Amino acid sequence: MPIEIPKDKWPGSIKSITIGATSAEGGTRAKIITIGGGTTMPYLQFDAPVLSGDEAPNKPVIAIEIKSHKPEDWSPLLAEVWGEAMSDPAEWAKKAEEAGADLIVLALTVDDSAEDAVRVVKSVLSATGLPLIVWGPGQAEKDNELLVPVSEATKGEKLVLGICEDKNYRTIVATAMANGHLVQARAPMDVNLSKQLNILISDMGMPKDRILMDPTTGALGYGIEYGYSVMERLRLAALQGDAMTQFPMIVTPGFEAWKTKESKVGEGVPEAWGDWTARAINWETITATALVESGADIVVLRHPESVKRVKGAIEELITA
Amino acid sequence: MALSGIQIYKMLPQTNCKECGFPTCLAFAMKLAAKQVELGSCPYVSEESKKQLAESAAPPIRLITLRANGTEIKVGNEVVMFRHEKTFYNKPGLFLRVKASDPDLAKKVAAADAYKVNYVGMDFTLDGYAIEADSDLSAAVKAVRDVTKRPLMLIANDVTLLDSSLGLLAGEGTLIYAGDSSNYESLADVAKKHKATLVIKSDSLDDLADLTQKVQAKGVEDMVLDLGGKNLGEWLTRSTQARRLALKSNFKPLGYPTIFFAAQNGVEKEAVYAAQAIAKYAGFVVLDTFAPEMIYPLLVLRENIYTDPQKPIQVQPGVYEINSPKPESPVLVTTNFSITYFAVANEVEGSGLPAWLVVTDAEGMSVLTAWAAGKFDAERIAKAIKGFNVADKVSKKRIVLPGHVAVLSGEVEEELPGWEVRVGPREAVDLPAFMKQALN
Ligand code: B12
Ligand code: SF4
Repeated sequence: MPIEIPKDKWPGSIKSITIGATSAEGGTRAKIITIGGGTTMPYLQFDAPVLSGDEAPNKPVIAIEIKSHKPEDWSPLLAEVWGEAMSDPAEWAKKAEEAGADLIVLALTVDDSAEDAVRVVKSVLSATGLPLIVWGPGQAEKDNELLVPVSEATKGEKLVLGICEDKNYRTIVATAMANGHLVQARAPMDVNLSKQLNILISDMGMPKDRILMDPTTGALGYGIEYGYSVMERLRLAALQGDAMTQFPMIVTPGFEAWKTKESKVGEGVPEAWGDWTARAINWETITATALVESGADIVVLRHPESVKRVKGAIEELITA
Repeated sequence: MALSGIQIYKMLPQTNCKECGFPTCLAFAMKLAAKQVELGSCPYVSEESKKQLAESAAPPIRLITLRANGTEIKVGNEVVMFRHEKTFYNKPGLFLRVKASDPDLAKKVAAADAYKVNYVGMDFTLDGYAIEADSDLSAAVKAVRDVTKRPLMLIANDVTLLDSSLGLLAGEGTLIYAGDSSNYESLADVAKKHKATLVIKSDSLDDLADLTQKVQAKGVEDMVLDLGGKNLGEWLTRSTQARRLALKSNFKPLGYPTIFFAAQNGVEKEAVYAAQAIAKYAGFVVLDTFAPEMIYPLLVLRENIYTDPQKPIQVQPGVYEINSPKPESPVLVTTNFSITYFAVANEVEGSGLPAWLVVTDAEGMSVLTAWAAGKFDAERIAKAIKGFNVADKVSKKRIVLPGHVAVLSGEVEEELPGWEVRVGPREAVDLPAFMKQALN
């Protein structure tokens, strides 16, 4: 006797969002990326009527994070794999594309001036045809000082600008709106705070297909369970029809995982931690895999091997 | 799924004889539904109702215990699809698969068995071994049993072989892999004889449900499901469907834990496969590779996913002595979130430098979280320093704050007159260097 499988029927869905613009659309990107569109909890296609073609949910994508200046505090394992390219963002972006990135995250630093920032962003845009996300250094004033000129100099490229947080979002949102870009909205691991920030950004007039939601995450062993559950709850809220949670999610497992001692330190650690390189890559890969399972649409990674493995996982999940 | 009071009422005699101590059968039914009374208090319940009530009280996913001499592992008994809905209870067992033909079998298992890794104060290990009968199974079982006390799983379909090997494991709760439509009858017999748990395997949930019912009819209650599936996506779909059927439809034939082989599509995918299985409902995860660099992160993932979302893992507030501190040793301040405490304690301990580590009651939150939530402020820090009589232990009244809360230093100075307040590095990794250079 065939079993009847209980299905979850959802009234809501995740918005489809496109990053990057080709020359036909007013940008210079060779490739653009569309994410979101999900109508079920991650990869549970059996819950939804068969969707195909334009209606099929888009698969999650992988961004590789690069910096405008060679980061001195990154794990030596990353320095080893990226080599000289780390001192040249354009070169680095090219290598990231070769490593399988679907898009690039370029993180600016406090040492950049506005002119530097514009120059670096332009050099990265000409070095690769991939869509681009640009992060300020994470200090409100400096973020605004760098992101506004970057936004103006790249009008029409449909970049993602970030990171908007509750204490600093107005300037970034305003310039993104004026120049046709998107924004990354980050709230600290809380469904209501995410929602609230999305409301504030929408209230400024930002079109809803230009907001990415960053729920914040912790690395494996350092709070991943909080991020994991908040993402599941956000996705459930979205499917239940809460419009202010229906944005695709971007998370930063690379940043978090490579901050941990397990990834950063090779010596003087317990023997039970095993081989350093393999452990560090596992740390990033497993953190990212868990977040892909809980609903991430963009995962930002740092090591090429992790990119390869997480990509493999996504392919298998999407072709079930 | 638990029955409602009304549903239970329909199964009672409905005579309101009051012998149970309640005025009506309905009142008694309500108490039963709330699990506040025992069914035994009513002398008149029919056998048929008793059976139905017992069934409905059984957990939707059967609790399976594998046992060896002194150690055991329990899986199943889960009640939710998403951990935030309540919590996941019984962590999946991590088993290492070995081959009976492996000349280094005993050595390999002994090495894996000695493996132990500490994560925030807890020691984690593997849970058992799966022996594949590609040559003399009995000899392999003996060799493995000599070097480990953990539960075993036997992978074989030759019934005579299984019978004799299980005979060597008398009194244990072993897992047998696997019964399918061709051999379930003989395997069920052998499982019953040795009180073993039987894995039932099929690529279709319909067949699986059919098989578990047949095996149950042969008297075997303890089963585990192998759902098949050719890749991550298929397995996610099937494990979700099986769990939903058990939890939402109270469908007993699939109300068993599942087993997943992480290296089925190659060892290069093993870590990712195991990670998904841990997050997505597996009861047992079988690994082929004994690699600490993979097992450690998987054990941590398992702990994280199975942590009760309502209770962060925390340590007792107090003064912790690290490396036998003396009166002149520095006083470091942190919070009582386990991850935070151990990050700091492990660094200081590893450096060999003595220190007093004052752990404040921050309701189990990390430094910044607690700071943002108002649970780690100057007042609380001062209260801890005073409450734990830190001044009596030291000759130098100097405390070190975490670098992330540098902003608190002025207020802490005000709250603790006579104390020197120093701001340490942001990350614990940099503490030893800071203690050597800046604290003299
Ligand atoms: C997990 C997490 C949570 C979890 C709680 C986890 C817990 N039990 O604490 C949850 C989801 C519940 C949470 C809640 C909140 N969070 Co929170 N959370 C995090 C997150 C992701 C990780 C924190 C963590 O576990 N770190 C790991 C531990 C080990 O770090 P740590 O305690 O700081 O310890 C390190 C150092 O401080 C140092 N150290 C520790 N002690 C000492 C002592 C000395 C002497 C020295 C020298 C060094 C030292 O060593 C450790 C290792 O290097 C961070 C963001 C991030 N990625 O860091 C945000 C973060 C801390 N949260 C934040 C906020 C704002 C909140 C909320 C107020 C908002 C909300 N979500 O509602 C609430 C507050 C809680 C409440 N009201 O109940 C902000 C704080 C912002 C700020 N700078 O003030 C952060 C930074 C996120 C952000 N970027 O906005 N959070
Ligand atoms: S003892 Fe049984 S039959 Fe009598 S009132 Fe109680 S429940 Fe009803």
